[in-house]
Amino acid sequence: MTQEDLQELSEKELQRQGEKKHRILYCSAAGCVSCGGEKASAALKAKIKEHGLEKECEVVGTGCLGLCGEGPLVKVQTDNTLYQNVDVAAAEQIVESHILKNQKVKANLSDISQPFFAAQTKIVLENCGAIDSESIEEYIAASGYEALAKVLNEMQPAEVIEEIRKSGLRGRGGAGYSTGLKWGIVSKAHGEQKYVVCNADEGDPGAFMDRSVLEGDPHRVLEGMAIAGYAVGATQGYVYCRAEYPLAIERLKLAIKQAEKLGLLGNRIIESQFNFRIDIRIGAGAFVCGEETALLQSIEGKRGNPKPRPPYPSEKGLWGMPTLINNVETFANIAPIIRKGSDWFLKIGTEKSKGTKVFALAGNIRNTGLIEVPMGIPLRTIIFDIGGGTAEGTEFKAAQTGGPSGGCIPAEYLDLPVDYESLLKVGSIMGSGGLIVMDSTSKMVEVAKFFMQFCMDESCGKCIPCRVGTRHIYGLLDKISKKKATQDDMVLLQELCTMVKETSLCGLGQSAPNPVLSTLRFFRKEYDELLQPVEMYMGEPGVEADFEK
Amino acid sequence: MAQVEKQQHPSGDNRFKLLDRAITKHQARGDALIEVLHVAQGIFGYLENDLLIYVARALKLPLSRVYGVATFYHFFNLKPNGEHTVVLCMGTACYVKGAEHIQTALEERYHCKFGQTTDDNKVSLITARCVGSCGLAPVAVLDNDVVGKLNPDESIKRVEQLKNTRREVVS
Repeated sequence: MTQEDLQELSEKELQRQGEKKHRILYCSAAGCVSCGGEKASAALKAKIKEHGLEKECEVVGTGCLGLCGEGPLVKVQTDNTLYQNVDVAAAEQIVESHILKNQKVKANLSDISQPFFAAQTKIVLENCGAIDSESIEEYIAASGYEALAKVLNEMQPAEVIEEIRKSGLRGRGGAGYSTGLKWGIVSKAHGEQKYVVCNADEGDPGAFMDRSVLEGDPHRVLEGMAIAGYAVGATQGYVYCRAEYPLAIERLKLAIKQAEKLGLLGNRIIESQFNFRIDIRIGAGAFVCGEETALLQSIEGKRGNPKPRPPYPSEKGLWGMPTLINNVETFANIAPIIRKGSDWFLKIGTEKSKGTKVFALAGNIRNTGLIEVPMGIPLRTIIFDIGGGTAEGTEFKAAQTGGPSGGCIPAEYLDLPVDYESLLKVGSIMGSGGLIVMDSTSKMVEVAKFFMQFCMDESCGKCIPCRVGTRHIYGLLDKISKKKATQDDMVLLQELCTMVKETSLCGLGQSAPNPVLSTLRFFRKEYDELLQPVEMYMGEPGVEADFEK
Repeated sequence: MAQVEKQQHPSGDNRFKLLDRAITKHQARGDALIEVLHVAQGIFGYLENDLLIYVARALKLPLSRVYGVATFYHFFNLKPNGEHTVVLCMGTACYVKGAEHIQTALEERYHCKFGQTTDDNKVSLITARCVGSCGLAPVAVLDNDVVGKLNPDESIKRVEQLKNTRREVVS
């Protein structure tokens, strides 16, 4: 495979697509599959066959079409019509009336001019819901692997790193470290073997961005990893994916096989001297393995216990060798930056946070689903324009970002621009991209307790502040929610939170108190209402908690 | 006849042959432990002690390490599950949408806490951290089917239906 072959393949595929009169896309991502998408797509295919339209009409399974709450979704790409809640009857109707008679099926029509679609900017998700997620040809036709060819033929590794550094791309896993700087450190580190690792252990409950990217556009991640491998001098890559995402794993395996067959992965990629292999490692359900040192332990087949840093993985990582770890979304941003140049990327976003961010919008909100917005967009636009606000009769109370490591943002900060610094200022974090909306029915003490229980269960047990601290914080929260606590317990709660935050070994413990601290900051009243007046309290001293639940 | 005997695994249980194949594929390397345990659980359904000893010897690892890994990760079961599994998602989105009420309803109905199997060995109730279908919250996975937008009554109805179906054995 040479660059010319790639070009030829792309043209051939475009020509093939152009010959079809209609392209019907159906969402084959987990959300739509779980609400009957497979039956609908089977009906579509059967109806097309029944009318003998196979030659002029193709039915293609794509990645997430976005509006997960209204699934199954079907899109007629030729005239850009989106249908929602497509059951078997509706699917048959689409063929009978839209395809055959050119009359749209009004009952299932989804308005694509609504803000949910109009207010988004798509970089990472540009192919999600536009191409067949199981076809490498379609990815190549959508300028896929062009960036890899460009890098291998025209650029030195140092130039690639410089380009990424100039783009201002920051890690999308949550902490927001400059991707270019990280690549620079790994490329300068000494080691006979270097590794590139993609963190696809999306453990944050309420987040499904990485899953959608892997299911909808797996080649984009592989291409990003290969470019990273070339830039830092690595020849082996690993994707560490959660076992809970079987479909994503299946698609990744298929994508790796296809790319190897075409010489886009493996030895002498695109006729260059560069070799790069990618293997998949499957996690086994441990939240702490999202932490980079724990993740590396897990790839080595050990318990996912974090290690103290430094040494950072960029110097001593997998098997003691320099290792580059980036998140799925970070890798998904690489190919477009190389293809279109860092200047293009710099135009999107705010001064310090460039580009876009994918959010998984869920909770008590009308439009749930997957969205991609430019950095710096006000929270209000996300929740009320794109998300359509909370359900009728309820009032917006708080937005939760960053999962168990993040915080709740109350209504008074709705005009906050969504970028790394602003979210940190209000005690939350960008996190990996889960955005859960809570309305007046959610009780904040219960929410804090929910997250603390999560951290307590997921603590690996290596360091004491996290292992014991989270347990006691949970105990105190339980006591408060059962109206057995006094003001003294509140003081203890705050002390414990600070202690756990400042003395824990890894990110899990250091950020575990965040949901408690942020709800204490903004919803203190709800805590105070549950407290016992000091003189009334006659219970036994000490923490009593029901840990069994 | 002699050939057939040759193909048999020494233990008499041919499922071990599948496991051996996976171990050979990873060149019996110790760092493939998690992969091998995934395969073992896929074949045998759960990881009993003898199986862990077998894996430890095959990969030349101390049993303590194999046991340590098997107990560290939530995905590995050391006990067999019931005939059907009900995995209730307790992710944030599902929690906000009332998964807790479904949990209580199912626990009361089947006199069985989540994390356990009913006395008649029919249904195992399991909670999951997040199954990633947050748009459909609250969600449960009944055997292999994801069911979304549940409520307590609907979930009991679904589990009853599930109990009456026979699970296909996956080969």
